[in-house]
Amino acid sequence: MNAQFDYAVVDQIVEAHDCKQSGIIAILQEIQEHYHYLPRDIFPRLAEKLDMSEAEIYSVATFYENFSLEPKGKYVIKICDGTACHVRRSVPILERIRAELGLSASKHTTDDLMFTVETVSCLGACGLAPVLTVNDIVHPAMTPDKASALLKELKEEIANA
Amino acid sequence: MLKNIEELKAYREAAVVAYGAQAEKIIVCAGTGCVAGGSLKIYDRLKSLMEEKGLHVAVELEVDPHDESVGLKKSGCHGFCEMGPLVRIDPQGWLYTKVKIDDCEEIVEKTICKGEHIERLAYNKCDCIYKKQDEIPFYARQTRLVLEHCGKIDATSIREYIAIGGYTAYEKALFEMTADDIVGEISKSALRGRGGGGFPMGKKWEQVKRQKALPKYVVCNGDEGDPGAFMDRSIMEGDPHRMLEGMMIAGIATGASEGYIYVRAEYPLAVDRLRTAIAQAEELGLLGDNILGTGFSFHMHINRGAGAFVCGEGSALTASIEGKRGFPRVKPPRTVENGLFDKPTVLNNVETFANVAEIIRKGADWYLGIGTETSPGTKAFALTGNISNTGLIEVPMGTTLREIIFDIGGGMRGDGEFKAVQIGGPSGACLTKEHLDMPLDFDTLKKVGAMIGSGGLVVMDDKTCMVEVARFFMNFTQNESCGKCVPCREGTKRMLEILERIVAGQGKDGDIELLLELADTISNTALCGLGKSAPNPVVSTIKNFRSEYEAHIYDKRCPAGACQKLKRIVIDPELCKGCTKCARQCPVGAINGKVKEAHSIDLNKCIRCGSCITACAFHAIKEE
Repeated sequence: MNAQFDYAVVDQIVEAHDCKQSGIIAILQEIQEHYHYLPRDIFPRLAEKLDMSEAEIYSVATFYENFSLEPKGKYVIKICDGTACHVRRSVPILERIRAELGLSASKHTTDDLMFTVETVSCLGACGLAPVLTVNDIVHPAMTPDKASALLKELKEEIANA
Repeated sequence: MLKNIEELKAYREAAVVAYGAQAEKIIVCAGTGCVAGGSLKIYDRLKSLMEEKGLHVAVELEVDPHDESVGLKKSGCHGFCEMGPLVRIDPQGWLYTKVKIDDCEEIVEKTICKGEHIERLAYNKCDCIYKKQDEIPFYARQTRLVLEHCGKIDATSIREYIAIGGYTAYEKALFEMTADDIVGEISKSALRGRGGGGFPMGKKWEQVKRQKALPKYVVCNGDEGDPGAFMDRSIMEGDPHRMLEGMMIAGIATGASEGYIYVRAEYPLAVDRLRTAIAQAEELGLLGDNILGTGFSFHMHINRGAGAFVCGEGSALTASIEGKRGFPRVKPPRTVENGLFDKPTVLNNVETFANVAEIIRKGADWYLGIGTETSPGTKAFALTGNISNTGLIEVPMGTTLREIIFDIGGGMRGDGEFKAVQIGGPSGACLTKEHLDMPLDFDTLKKVGAMIGSGGLVVMDDKTCMVEVARFFMNFTQNESCGKCVPCREGTKRMLEILERIVAGQGKDGDIELLLELADTISNTALCGLGKSAPNPVVSTIKNFRSEYEAHIYDKRCPAGACQKLKRIVIDPELCKGCTKCARQCPVGAINGKVKEAHSIDLNKCIRCGSCITACAFHAIKEE
């Protein structure tokens, strides 16, 4: 185990779930909410605390789409490509955002760890298609131009932070 | 904490009085859609403006009601997301659409203070102004049962739910009925699971009730993963107690003591509302140990999904609650005997549970009067795609597609012509013009190889390519295949590859037959519903639009003009002056022709880059 890593957060979360194995998904979700991803260092600790093998925990962490073993950006942008958004042209929006941030289908996060761009299958906001979310805030009826304006806004927010 | 039935009755009476004391109610939609449109800011603005005016604003039902208080509430989704943010004014029943923050002042000034209607905020279609929500064609033709309260009550208040009759079915089930009575009533009502399969709910409850093993569980499937479906989200957000009440009654009927709700990770607001609702029910003593002194105990838990479509399948869902990978398993044993933690489990989806309380309250005979003989009740559908009124609707089973699309949905969006509707999401099938007058219910749809599924209806116009739609859905299921069984893991991948080739103009003779053969094998051999139904969109588009597949494969042409790689660029010989500019611009030398004579494009060389189109000064080159 990594002596440098601060396990206080992990321990607190695991204990809040009474160290129950069935709570593993919720535990990983809460850890990810804290770090924005699942740091490798947590696996041995979780294995010990929950009395599970690291492989088992790793299998859960890699099975579910929402978990990420790579650090994510400060702003996580999810572009909906569900049926309703797809037929109302969500792909050009995705392409515009990726182009402006220098990202691609294989590279999701900017090097400065500010932006992560992902697609999701449906956000259930089909009446407002096409939609995207920035850190779970829904932006309705998007167009490529509106997406550019939104990125500009977020970048200003970063500059002023 | 309420200790017995008398205390519950007294609580309800007080709530009814408090609800009635609010002479006027301003209800701001706080569903996902309207929140995205800024409805929470509208709520705050209305609140501060009303307070400035010296009005007595009641944001919740007051214990000591004030005579002239104005209720200001946040409701769940109305379903008419396209027109949001929505504000409803009661008791008049007016609906204001597309409300902006700047409209708040006028609303307070005119409507709240003087009771005047603001015409410009009303729904307006073809120069006809609809004052009342119930008069709007979108609503007028619906039968709202499970969505009855969505948009009309405060979704975060258990008092309000109780004030309008909430938990009376729970009370009846606890004090006036035996477990057999409840199961008997549900069986008699012939309520069928709204999650897709249409399995009779009563039969399921009966089977769980018979099991000896303890503890038993009630699990609610809120993992609404079908793209284009959001009815369960709306119920969880807009009327969470109705769903909880259904689950609690299931607990009494089957002898279960624990309830689990599995909600998609993509629905944070629904999780939030459910958590609030559960905490409120616990605080009142409607959930917990020895509820109202009856000896019945029931506890409720929420599990958030982590992004796996396959978890909508029963055995994968229970595996996920147990903290495992969401793999489906071989059945039997079935969930009713060997479900969550290997114990007997009632597993139904959100909409199904939302039907229960009304059936217990009003009786099975009342329920049987709605819908068709074999599929009683209503069904909520999510209308999306190229349709005028996107949103959430609820109609009796047996309503025709024509009524849904053209009467309620307002017809096609733009000038497109109706081509097909995809029903049931990625596991469903497409229905065409010839099915427009067919009644929608479980059995009729099954006969034509489709299914209601969760109730997503994606309407497509003549500019939609059906091969591309099939590819889109196959891409989705392929991505979501969990990888456990070979037919689904490998089969869907091969089908996707073929479809990708076809839309890219590289289809081969025999592709259609190969797709059908693969589809047949996968449907018959896959382990779970996801795999078994994955080929449905392909099979149904081949069945209904075979000529489109053939055009792609043999003529390298997309009849809908949607497939980018099959676009043809042509020069109109009438307009071409033979200036040679396009030929000089073409990066691949695909344009031939002599000076001052009409040019032509060699489509085998053309890469569809479009540089000739921009180069032509005479607008002679077009994409078709």
